[in-house]
Amino acid sequence: MKFIAEIDIMPHKELLDPQGKAVVNNMEHFDLTGITDVRIGRHVTMTLEADSEADARRKVDTACQKLLANQIVETFHYDLAQAH
Amino acid sequence: MKFGVIVFPGSNCDDDMVHVLGDVMGQEVSKIWHKEKDLHGFGDGDCVVLPGGFSYGDYVRAGAIAQFSPIMQAVKAFAAAGGYVFGVCNGFQILCESHLLPGVLLHNANQQFICKNVWLRPGTNRSPITSDLDLNQALKIPIAHAEGRYFADRATLDALEQNDQVLFRYCTPEGAISPEANPNGAERNIAGICNAQRNVFGMMPHPERASEAVLGNSDGRGIFESLVSSVLV
Repeated sequence: MKFIAEIDIMPHKELLDPQGKAVVNNMEHFDLTGITDVRIGRHVTMTLEADSEADARRKVDTACQKLLANQIVETFHYDLAQAH
Repeated sequence: MKFGVIVFPGSNCDDDMVHVLGDVMGQEVSKIWHKEKDLHGFGDGDCVVLPGGFSYGDYVRAGAIAQFSPIMQAVKAFAAAGGYVFGVCNGFQILCESHLLPGVLLHNANQQFICKNVWLRPGTNRSPITSDLDLNQALKIPIAHAEGRYFADRATLDALEQNDQVLFRYCTPEGAISPEANPNGAERNIAGICNAQRNVFGMMPHPERASEAVLGNSDGRGIFESLVSSVLV
């Protein structure tokens, strides 16, 4: 079975995100006001073959835990759907 | 003792490290390609060095992909057996991503790549790379990184300090450890640490770029002299 995982990896909420801060501080340069916070993470689209949804989740979890996210500083969340 | 310098795709300080260890310090040194699966002939008293650079283009996170290079399984086994492992800059990032050292290196607080001389205060003599250093003498060593902001949770930071594992802190030229002397926002001004067993050590600054009078700065040489003398004992 073929699955597609849409994965979001974000810095922990309590952590300074200097990239997001730089972006929010520069919005005023094109006259956009009212943006109070920006936090920037990564989005990963992963296509995978798995025997079942549980098997697919195990694979996505392993990929996130071992490589895609560093859980000291990042959290991950994903939506999984069967591809047709 | 002998030294092995691991070369990852994107390493760019490997030749500098080989030069300092071999030509300046007069030690036996060889390069090891990251696709090797074992550390041929490396054993007790030998040292593996992970040099600076941009392994795998810093994709995902600096050091994140290099931790799965074939040689790193051998480096982990070597470290577990008590072998010396020294990471500089990207090498430090790889050691953290590999969980051979606690914590992680984040983007600098000012979101810029910083390349300049900074001052470091050794935090302890209880490590192979700080054993001969004067704890009251600040060293001028260059940094060159975008992801050098050392981070760990409070419990980990407290444990590092209680166990005397903080090897270097960013300081003023006079040796004061202050927020103004912190170039990248590192927690508690931390620039280098070792593991609890004290055989794995990493630092963001580049002592191999500051070990010869001809370069106008030899403050880094004491770090290599410490390493050679403590390992030869």
